[in-house]
Formats: sequence, C-alpha cells, structure tokens
Amino acid sequence: MYHKEKSIQIKNSASALYNNLCALRIAPRRLTYFTVVHANVVNMVSASWDGLNYSHRQLQSKEPNVATSTSLIMQAAFCSLPSRDLLVVTSQKGIQVYESDGSIMVYWHALDIPETQTGKVASKLDFPCRFLSLGISTGAILVFDVPSKGSNITLSDVLEGHKESITDMASECCGGEVCIADLVSADDGGNLCVWKSGEEFKLLNHIPGFDISCSSVKLWKGTVVAGYGTGQIRLYEAVTGILHAEVNAHARWIYSLDIAPYSGLLLSAAEDSLVRVWHLTMTPESQSVEIAHLHNECVTDTQICGAKFCDADGYAFAVTGYDLSEIIRYTQS
Amino acid sequence: MSVRTLPLVFINLGGEMLYILDQRLQALNTSEDNSEKVLNDIVGAMFSKDFMDELLKPQQLYSHRTLKTVLTRLAHASIMRLNQASMDKLYELMVMAFKYQVFLCPRPKDLLLITYNHIDTIREFVRHTPVVVNQVDETHRKIIEIYSSLAEGDFQLLRQTLLIFFQDMHIRVSLFLKNKVQNPNGRFALSPSGPVPHGIDVPGLIRMFDRKGREVRRGEFPTGGSYTSPIRQGCFALHGNRVITLGMNMYVGTVLTPHHLSTHACTPSPPAILLQKDDAPNLLAKEELNLLARLMGSMKAEDMPETETGFRINLFTSDQEEEDCLFGVINIQAMQDEQAATQLARIAGQFAEGGEMPEELSSSKGDDLLAMMDEL
Repeated sequence: MYHKEKSIQIKNSASALYNNLCALRIAPRRLTYFTVVHANVVNMVSASWDGLNYSHRQLQSKEPNVATSTSLIMQAAFCSLPSRDLLVVTSQKGIQVYESDGSIMVYWHALDIPETQTGKVASKLDFPCRFLSLGISTGAILVFDVPSKGSNITLSDVLEGHKESITDMASECCGGEVCIADLVSADDGGNLCVWKSGEEFKLLNHIPGFDISCSSVKLWKGTVVAGYGTGQIRLYEAVTGILHAEVNAHARWIYSLDIAPYSGLLLSAAEDSLVRVWHLTMTPESQSVEIAHLHNECVTDTQICGAKFCDADGYAFAVTGYDLSEIIRYTQS
Repeated sequence: MSVRTLPLVFINLGGEMLYILDQRLQALNTSEDNSEKVLNDIVGAMFSKDFMDELLKPQQLYSHRTLKTVLTRLAHASIMRLNQASMDKLYELMVMAFKYQVFLCPRPKDLLLITYNHIDTIREFVRHTPVVVNQVDETHRKIIEIYSSLAEGDFQLLRQTLLIFFQDMHIRVSLFLKNKVQNPNGRFALSPSGPVPHGIDVPGLIRMFDRKGREVRRGEFPTGGSYTSPIRQGCFALHGNRVITLGMNMYVGTVLTPHHLSTHACTPSPPAILLQKDDAPNLLAKEELNLLARLMGSMKAEDMPETETGFRINLFTSDQEEEDCLFGVINIQAMQDEQAATQLARIAGQFAEGGEMPEELSSSKGDDLLAMMDEL
C-alpha cells in the first residue's frame, strides 16, 4: 500500500519526545517544512516537492530573561492562520512563536510558576476564533489570542480541567460545519477533557483515564482518537464520552498519532518500532465510528517518536525515530 | 524534563563500573583481600548517607563531564588510581551498558527493577562487610520511598530525559556485538517479538462497542511481529525476584578477556560526548560546578594506611596483547600517583569556599589529600 521513499537527512537526531515531527505544506511554493526536536534545538528542513532541493535551519530555544539555561524543547508545532503560518516552540520555561520559516520570533511568554514545564500546544486558527492553547505540567491550559497580523498575541484565559501534566492536545477545524467540540486535551493519567472554544472556553466533557498516560490525541469529526502508554488506541465520541472502539495496537508505548482529515486515514507509531495505518469510517446509522487496519511499516531497531501525514489525504507520511538523523518517508503505491 | 534522574544514574552507572572492576580483578587473580577492599571502598563512598542525600534532591541532570569527574572520584575512594585514558574507556562502557538497559526497558517503571538488579548485585559484592551492607540497604529503602509514589508518566519522562542524555552515542562494545545485542552500526537490536511487558495486551485485537457499551464485534489484524503473553511482574521491594534481567551482571559467566571490553568508535568517529556540542559558553557551567562541589564534598573516604603498597591492574589489555592492541596499553596504576594526587588536589582546592591552594600538599601523602577534601 505504501512504499519507502528517499529519506531526508537532518542535522541532528530526533529526541525521544512524544509527537516529535511536524509538517507544514506550502502549496503555492511547492514545499513542505518539517520540524524535528533534538534536545534544545529545533531542526527545520524545507523540502521541495520535486525532491531536488533541501534547505536546513536550526533554532535554539532562547530564554530572553533567564540567564542560566538553554532549556530543553518539548515541542515544535506549526499553526496555520488564514493569512499566515506560525511555528510554535515550547520549551521547559515558556513558549516562543516564530514565523513559519523560523526566521523571526514574533512572541514569547515565560512561565512564571517555578518548577512547571510546558507540555503541548494546540491551535485553532480559523475565523471567528483564533487561539493558541498551551498545556503545562500542572495540568493548566493557557489560552492565547492570536491576531491575523502582527505580534500582538495576548494571554486571554487559563483553563483548569486537569490535575496532571498535559501530554497532548488537538483541535479540529470544522470548515463550514457547526462544531460542537473543537479542542481536546490529554494528561499523564489518561484523562481527556473536551472543550468548546470561544470568548470563554467551555468544558463539555471529561473522559476519565485508567492511570495510563495518554501520549497522543486527535480530534476528527467529533471523535476523539487517543493513544496510550499500554499501546492501546481508543475511539471516543467527544461530547458524550461513549467508547466506540478499542484496539490493542502496539506492544509498547504509543508516541504519535496523526489523522488525514479528508480520507479518515489514521497513523499510529510506537516504541515497538512499528508504524500502522488504519482507516476510520463514520457509520451514521449506528452513530458510531469504525476502525480497520490497513498497513504496517517496521523501522528496524528504532523507537519511533514522530509520525505525520504529509498531506490531508494521507497520500504520503513521514516518520522520525530516537537517535535517527533522518526523516523517513513513505508514499502510496 | 525530569528532576529525579541523578540517583538512578549514579546507582546504575556505578553498578556497571563495579561489575567491570570485579570481573577484571578476578580475571587477574588479584588477592581476595585486595579485591574486597577495592569494592568495599567504592561502594562505601557511593552509598554514603551524605552523598546519597545530595543526589536525592530534585535537580537537573548535568553533563557527561560532571558525571565522569564524580565517578572518577568515587573510584579513587579505593586504593586504585585510574588514569584519564582508563577512566574514559571505563565511562564509555558504563554508559553504553546503561543506555542499552534504558533503551530496552519494557515499561518505564521497570527502570526501578533495573536499578534494583544493580543494588542486589552490589549487596552481594560487599556481603562480608555489614557496615557497608547497611548503607546499601538504607539507600535502597530511600529509593523505594521516593520513587514508589511516582506515576508511570513520571517514569517515562525520566526515561526520556535519560535517552536525551545518551543521544547519539553509538560506541560499539565487543561484548555486545558478540552477544548480538548491538549491531555493527552501533544501534541496539529491538525486535518486534517476545513477551509483551506486564500490563500490556498482546497486539492484534480490535473491539467495537455499541452506544450502551456492549461489545458488538471483534476483529484481528496482522501485527508484523510475533508477540507472546506478558511475563509476571518483578518485585519492587527490598528483596525479591526482579524477573527482568536488564541490570544484572552480564559479565558473570564469561571469561572476560580485554578483547570483550574493547570499544570501537563508530566511523566516522563522533565528537566528544557532551550535551552541548557547540562552542557557545556553557551557561549551565556555574550550576554544574556547584553540583560538583557539593557531590565531591559529601563523599567520605577512609583514611589510607601509611604502608599501602599499590598493585597494578590492566583493565583493558593484558600484557601479551600489548603489541596487538589497537588502543595501546591502558594501565590502571593502583599506586600512589603523586602527580595525579596533586592535580586532584588543585581541582579540589578550587571548590573550597576559601579557595585555598594546597601548596603544602606537594610532599604529603595520599591520606592528607583525602582528609582535605573531606573538609569541603
């Protein structure tokens, strides 16, 4: 179903962090940007679609007011606004927002609570609501308001829904449809919170966990797809918390999930060196979601830490692994 | 990242160091008394209350350079003296062994079982000396107390912090290559087969539920591996069967020749192993030196007897292999090394509050040096 393509070499190896790969497709310039975190550095590669041109850039996490440390980076993620794209880098001490090519820092925010660390970032940047939310290790979620132009990003809200460290967050762009839930957050205890964004965020549902970390979470058509430290994937209906399906997907901790929204393809990757491709289908009659297995790829002797579809149809995907200095790519045959 | 890594790092790295030293002492027919004394002295220093209390404070994991310095100091708590080259090789071996254990650790919480395997074997080494056994037990109790309350997610963060620390180290160790746990390219072998960790289900099953929570369908999918049911859980108490074998003495039962312990840098050889590889000033340097000072100052060492006669150990080559060896002779001289002692004193003097330089040390014996360091 998929075959391996030529890998992209990166300057440093990938660190063992959840969801350690991000991709941004720039259609007008026929380019894709990839980001991979290595300790305190973000490796950025811009790859042309014809496979001929690669350019590299490295960003180091800088703490403007903290003299002593170059801190470790937790995540580097792309956020797409209608008029611009941004690169958000979260480190131990705070969050920095750059232009999408990493050239200029437009905003930074330092955490003033000592001993906390940033967790994960999610964004919803389509009209009418533009926000960036950042989960931190106390379980709180900071919400930032992002204007369509300029650097006047402001902290607008703090959401309390979790007691444990936030591990991942996901949001959904609903396009023209009405969305009930558009943000989900997951924590180290496996608890999930489902939110509705707006001037004031509303907690719609709380899905309890079983003391197993939820390391990766995605939201698609009102369904929460969650990956756990036990190697399980679970599909929940976001607003009601009804469990649709449970898959014993991997033999080790899941590190990354991704969904191709147009086709409903799901990617799961774990420490067991396997990447699996699944298909999600909505069944309106039973008002549920089904999951079917499509494909496996094994990256020999590698604990995978990031897996992302390169496009919204799932035609191609990319993978990073701990200690690996390359981005491995696969394309549909 | 995690602030609870240091105690586990020292116990596991220190444990690996003791395994290697023990094997080489035995292989070279060192007298029982000397062997025991060396191991007792090192274990006593490592598990001393002050040193452990310093480690157990929540703090960041610093650089390889700092760790190597402290481990060298621990080794020097015995009558052995390691020159720089020996310590470098020893450190490479220790780190690659621990990296292997962390990499293959089945569940993050099993890091504790790996640590307890090291502690169990260390306890065996010093079993004839009740005072040291007590120190080991005390430390073990403290570790159990502190780490039992951590959640699985905290252990995974701890493991991730360690993996970042070991990143890009692919030194090939002959013993690992021989046992096929490491590939010729330096990567550890990770096979999609075998028993799943305790608490994880064998992959392959899809279950679908209706809106009332009843299972309506089951399906299977091909896993691309061959997994079997989980093994039972190891014991997390002071004594017990740990079940997993990572962290046990892998040098036992092998006739350990210097060849087994030889290491090869990967081609192209990687640069020195530091977290910050660039030339930018290390902004953490000041904090690291403070940690170093606290750790060195808290280490206790016994007074060295006046009439100590040193003995020489070849850790990594035997006499016959000197000519064939790729790395030249690496001798561990367990003698009073005046130059090394003065060097160490100079470094130690820099950490002292008053910054006194031990000029008077040049003619003194080793025990004065140790006494001076105790005053830090």
